[in-house]
This record gives sequence, structure tokens and C-alpha cells, in this order.
Amino acid sequence: MATEFHNLQELRHSASLANKVFIQRDYSEGTTCRFQTKFPSELDSRIERTLFEDTVKTLNNYYAEAEKIGGQSYLEGCLACTTAYIIFLCMETRYEKVLKKIGRYIQEQNEKIYAPRGLLITDPIERGMRVIEISIYEDRASSGSSSGSSSTSGTSAR
Amino acid sequence: MKNCEYQQIDARALGTPASSFQPCTEMKVPRLRRKWEVFPGKNRFYCDGRIILARQSGILPLTLGLIVVTSVLFFAFDCPFLVTHLTVCIPVIGGVLFLFVVISLLQTSLTDPGILPRALPDEAADIEKQIYTSGSSMYRPPPRTKEILINQQVVKLKYCFTCKMFRPPRTSHCSLCDNCVERFDHHCPWVGNCVGKRNYRFFYSFIVSLSFHTSFIFGCVVTHLTLRTYEVILLHQKESPARYPFHIICFFSIWSVLGLSGFHTYLVASNLTTNEDIKGSWSSKRGAEDSGNPYTYNSIFINCCATLCGPMPPSLIDRRGFLPPDDIPPVAAADLELSSFLAKNDTNMVGMPSSGHTS
Repeated sequence: MATEFHNLQELRHSASLANKVFIQRDYSEGTTCRFQTKFPSELDSRIERTLFEDTVKTLNNYYAEAEKIGGQSYLEGCLACTTAYIIFLCMETRYEKVLKKIGRYIQEQNEKIYAPRGLLITDPIERGMRVIEISIYEDRASSGSSSGSSSTSGTSAR
Repeated sequence: MKNCEYQQIDARALGTPASSFQPCTEMKVPRLRRKWEVFPGKNRFYCDGRIILARQSGILPLTLGLIVVTSVLFFAFDCPFLVTHLTVCIPVIGGVLFLFVVISLLQTSLTDPGILPRALPDEAADIEKQIYTSGSSMYRPPPRTKEILINQQVVKLKYCFTCKMFRPPRTSHCSLCDNCVERFDHHCPWVGNCVGKRNYRFFYSFIVSLSFHTSFIFGCVVTHLTLRTYEVILLHQKESPARYPFHIICFFSIWSVLGLSGFHTYLVASNLTTNEDIKGSWSSKRGAEDSGNPYTYNSIFINCCATLCGPMPPSLIDRRGFLPPDDIPPVAAADLELSSFLAKNDTNMVGMPSSGHTS
């Protein structure tokens, strides 16, 4: 059924982009960064629901940690205020540190879980933190694989 | 069969860049371009993308000029007298306040206020697809607002035609800068930049420190004049030439700056933006207990801390990132893919109007 990719490199070189799925932001709790955990139908045949939900929940937890308003953020804010915010030029903020952690996590998820299934997650920061973009790949070399049932069939009348 | 279709698209998509790309590769290989060079908004960039300014700098030079001239005059004429008659702390305090004001002003002007990058063609197409298939009739233009619930309150999100996305809550499109800015407060001509999520704290510290600075200068000037008049009357000394015009500027600017600081302190305490306050977005209507600011923490202290001491969000536009060499043609290839994809849908669907909604 689904084409097999052994690693991320193989995915990039031997596959062609079939479709992209966009996971939108969830604003039910305010303007803090959260993504919807609703499982998109296009990924139904590609990945297990629990794996996908785990990834999105972990990402949401990371973003909540970055934007948490608590003792450490107050300290950082007050220290920055007293130095006329010059300290932002020298120091890496907590948000930036968490973003790096997120980047590593996404890379790890891509290598272990998504690339073997022909999928690729793009870091939300590259899309302005608006969406999680998941690219769905088809193996160019294989013939007769029918997993292209996602995407365009959804909109064309049958 | 579907595979063949995908193969076709891919061949075309990959073929076009390959053919039109050939002469460019030789040019692109020696120098990779940075993202600020292709930024679509009306902004100016300096220091290879480190500094960002609005295209119209407004009256920022005037603001800087007024602050610097007033302060220099203060240091030149009032400080020597006050140091001898009162204390040496006066120029020290004045100097610290002046530095704070200028640094805050420069940070407000030269920082990215929270610009949202525009949606890439794939994302824009996906949003269009969702709008179009969300049940609206084929003969009416699809609605361009989306209603969501934030903290059990209904908020309308508008679609931005320039940036091709639904604006997140509290985001507004600044027509002067041609960008969507997060937590948009206002476009300040004095500062020459939008005031938004990322530079609101700089703006607030600028107006508060400016209030202190002008009040301090005004206080010192009044003290100076009083002591001088005292000396003239008692010791029959010659009166120095009047510098009243500058004192008048100081006097009038104090009230406007103090007023602005007071207004913004109110906004910070109730977690509102100038934009929301002016439009009356959350003003309580008679009898409706639902409407109210959904973003407030219902505590003045927490609202202040969240707005001013919250975590500093990163810049989303990645000005200094490099454009990958194959990024520019895919914008054209994606359009090709998109138009062929939509054309196929048009022919498949019955009674569908000709595509007027391609990106």
C-alpha cells in the first residue's frame, strides 16, 4: 500500500511532493500558540492517529512552556527593562531556547516517524507560526502504488 | 491512473524550473540572497537585515531632534547653575533619563513590531479550498470572515486579501507598512514604525521615560528661573536672556506625553490595544454579559506583567535567513501547479463558475 522510505535523505531524493496538509492554530484559549489536534483525513492512510496527536500535543506543550508567564519570565522582563532592553541584544531569550528545542524535536520526529511513512513536518516558525505544514510524498520510482487517494479527490466531484 | 496525474504535474513542475532556471543558477551560486531582500512589505532594511524601519520614517527625525536639542540646552544652560546651587546629581539623573529615552525610542523604531509573513501559495490555496467548500452557495462570493470561540466568547477573524490568510486574533493589517502585525496597537508617526506585539514594551518604556524626562527638565528649569529671579531681585544682578520658547515647548509637550502615558497605562492594565479601544471592540453593550475582553486576566497586576514582562516573542519574518536557491522558481511552479489543479477541478465539477479565485 504505502511506499516505504528508509530515511529522510531517500525521501527527499526519490520522492515527489503529492500534497500538503496544514494544521491550523487553535485559538480557543487565547492568542497563545496552540495547534489543533484534529486528525486530518488526508493522513488517514499514512500514519496512526495516536502518533500524530502525540506530536501535536508535545509541540503544544513546548510552545506553552515558551510562552509561560511565571517567575522566570518576570525576572527576564524586569532585568531587561532596567537595562533599557539592551540585554536582548546580548542574551538568548527563553523563547529562543525553546524554539531550538522544538527544531530538534521536529527533526527527530521526521527522522524516526514521519519520513519512513513518506511524510515531512515543516517547523511552524518557518510558516510564521500559523500552521504546521505536513508534506505528503509519493515515490516517483514506484508504479501502481495507489496511495494518492488523498488530496485532489476530496474536491473533485464523484 | 491517479499516479500518472501526479507524475504529470510533477514533471511539469520540475521541468519548468529546470528550463527557466538554467541561466539563473550560474548567477545564484556565487551569492545567496537573504530573505529581507525579497520582503513584500513596505519596509526598509539596514545592516544586512538587522535593522528594520517603515518605508516612511514619519517624523522620527523631528522626535529625535526635539529630544536631543532640549536635552542639550538643558545640560548647557541649566545644569552649570544648578550644580553650583543645588547638587551634582541633577546632570547625572538627567543623563540617565536621556539615555533611556533615546535607547527606547531607537528600539521602538528599529525593531520588527510582530510582522506576520504572508502565506505561501500552497497555504493560500488550502485556505481558499476550505472557504469555498465550507458550504457556501456557488453563486455568491464566499464569506471572508471566520468566527471562533476564545475563552467562551465569539470573535470574528477577518481574511486579509494582501497576505492571503485569516488574520489571527488581535492582528491588523497596517496600510502604511503593508504588513499584518500581531497585537496591532497603532502606527506611530513620531516613532516611524508600527507598535505591535514585539515592540509595545519598548514603546511603553519610551513614553514613560519621556514623561519623567520632560517633567524633570521642566522642574529643573522652573527651579533655575526661580533661583535666578531671586538672585536678580535680591542681589540686583543682570537678568540672563530669556529662553522661554524652549520652556514653552517643554511645557506643552509634557501634558501630551503625560496624557499618552496615562492612556497607555490604562490600556496595559486592562490588556487592550489602542486599535480595540478606538473601535470599541470589547465595550460592554447594555444587557449583554458575554461581551468583554476575552484576553484579560481579570487582574491589573497580571495584565501589566503579561504585557510588559512577558516572554519576548521571536521575529517571524527571518530577515537574515538565506533564500534556498530553488525557492524562487517554486513560487512560479506552485502557481502552475495551482492553476492546473484548479483547472482540473473546474472541468470536473458541474456548474462551477470559472475560477476567479486563483491566487
